[in-house]
Amino acid sequence: MEITLFNLKSGEKATITRLEDGEAFRKKLASLNIRVGKTIRKITEQPLHGPVVIEIGNTEATIGMNMAKKIIVAPFGVISK
Amino acid sequence: MGNPNVGKSAIFSRLTGVDVLVSNYPGTTIEFKKGIIKLDEQLVEVIDVPGTYSLEATSRAEEVAVSMLKEGDLVINVVDATNLERNLYLTLQLLERNIPVILVLNFWDETRHLGIQVDAKKLETHLDTPVVPAVAVTGEGIKELVSRLSEARIHENKFDEEGRWIEIGKIIKEVQKVTLKKHTLLETLEDMSIKPLTGIPITLLILALVFWLVRFVGENLIIYLFDPLFEYYLPAVIGLSDTLGRGGIIHDVLVGTFIEGKIDYVQSMGLLTTGLYVPLAMVLPYVFAFYLMLGILEDSGYLPRLATLVDAILHRLGMHGLAIIPMLLGFGCNVPGALSTRILETKKQRFIAATLMAIAVPCMAQTAMVFALLGSYGIKGLGIYFVTLFIVWLTLGLLLNKILKGETPETFMEIPPYRIPYLGSLVKKLWMRMRSFLTEAIPFVLLGVFIVNILYVFGMIEWISEAAAPVIVGILGLPKEAVASLIIGFLRKDVAVGMLLPLGLDMGQLIVASVVLTMYFPCVATFVVLFKELGAMELIKATAIMLVSTLLVGGILNVLL
Repeated sequence: MEITLFNLKSGEKATITRLEDGEAFRKKLASLNIRVGKTIRKITEQPLHGPVVIEIGNTEATIGMNMAKKIIVAPFGVISK
Repeated sequence: MGNPNVGKSAIFSRLTGVDVLVSNYPGTTIEFKKGIIKLDEQLVEVIDVPGTYSLEATSRAEEVAVSMLKEGDLVINVVDATNLERNLYLTLQLLERNIPVILVLNFWDETRHLGIQVDAKKLETHLDTPVVPAVAVTGEGIKELVSRLSEARIHENKFDEEGRWIEIGKIIKEVQKVTLKKHTLLETLEDMSIKPLTGIPITLLILALVFWLVRFVGENLIIYLFDPLFEYYLPAVIGLSDTLGRGGIIHDVLVGTFIEGKIDYVQSMGLLTTGLYVPLAMVLPYVFAFYLMLGILEDSGYLPRLATLVDAILHRLGMHGLAIIPMLLGFGCNVPGALSTRILETKKQRFIAATLMAIAVPCMAQTAMVFALLGSYGIKGLGIYFVTLFIVWLTLGLLLNKILKGETPETFMEIPPYRIPYLGSLVKKLWMRMRSFLTEAIPFVLLGVFIVNILYVFGMIEWISEAAAPVIVGILGLPKEAVASLIIGFLRKDVAVGMLLPLGLDMGQLIVASVVLTMYFPCVATFVVLFKELGAMELIKATAIMLVSTLLVGGILNVLL
């Protein structure tokens, strides 16, 4: 099952499967090691269309809501094939 | 060079002994700074540059870093040992640049607590260039770094982006082991302060506490330290006054005029009375208290979390969360506030942030004087003052975001772990900021007081106040003599607020005058920085916005109060 990072539940882990946007977006995310195949944990999201807070490796980061909607993930515990 | 918030400035400061501001949030350094070290009897220049994640810059501060690469003969690549994988991307890029590179693995002490084991020797073999573990704040590893600089090697690897990540994957597999770790208390706090349900109350608590502590520390320093000191100093001034014959131009410039037959430190307007008392005994205590609190907030790692919590609001004002940093720095002094707008990506964001800060964020010098002026009216006077400025900030931001073209990119920001502030760096930072206050503010205060005297001696104030009367009296409801304060406000806002005291204004007028003084124009030091950062055209726009909104808000307040 694939959902967006935005729709992932707070506290859940997932694997990044796809990034829906061009080169620049991919490069920007890569600077914090947010890449396809990496495990990501959503810590929380802020109200009023605020940003999403994630943990990846040993890094925490804040990502704008619209960016989080373009990061496609497969949540853990769900076998996706 | 290195990623943001890896401790480049701390290493630089350890290497060269040059004082630089070091904090725990990405983007503290916005400009390069040079220092000198002695290597084998040779003087070598070391340059500290802003952080960047890659050699393709995305903000103005990053551009500075990338452009400095051409000037160097050797790169000291500072790497966060607790985030090795993503830090190595820049390292590999640097190793492709035909320039010798040496690696510093900073935060070496933290890897142990986090259950991360990095084999520095293996990494060294793999990269074929020296790798030195270090703890910048304590100075561990600095000696080894200096002694191994000459071993740094040039490489001519060529990878594409994909290739770099594959290479990094290989390296990480070989040199890094991660064992499971316990959740620490600081990590629990990290989670609590970023989740909105607990984070928002924590933020309100922290901000209230900071405000209260700044007032508490500032007020007590004045009562128990600075006022008594100036009591001791009074006989010397009286002696001088007697020697000068208690009158005449020289007497009035140095000692000032008598207020009800006595020397009044605030109102006399002499260089040796008001000129010293205002900056030292009224402003300095609050500046000290504010920078103490700011330093703790900066070094703990709290600010990026605050930025995350306020992101949704700031986004609607045409900025994003990180813009909270220029605002907070602006409360200390608008000059570093204006400079730090560089951490924002687009012109629109920078313009809005700089304009809002210049209009609605009073610097601590001015706030201290407003405390003195309105403090006696209790919460009401100060409350109306700050709430008005907040409403102006909010409304103007909403409007500018609607009117101005251009993009507002979303936040994308690293959040550093909480770190217990290191006392040595806190004290050093506080001292650096106090020193720049003493050396930069006091000459301007003295100049301001001097000009007040000149204006009065030549009767220019009366002339200007007649000309400005329709606006000052008609719209703002202030006595026309208040114009003198507005003129001095260009130079120093603290002296300007002090000049309101002899006018015998009521609370409403004091609030109007304080708000107008805050909004109408930045002080000259800020103005110069804004000119450099925004350019002439944008600054003219910003100034027009300031003047129009000042008249509007001042007029409305005059009717309401």
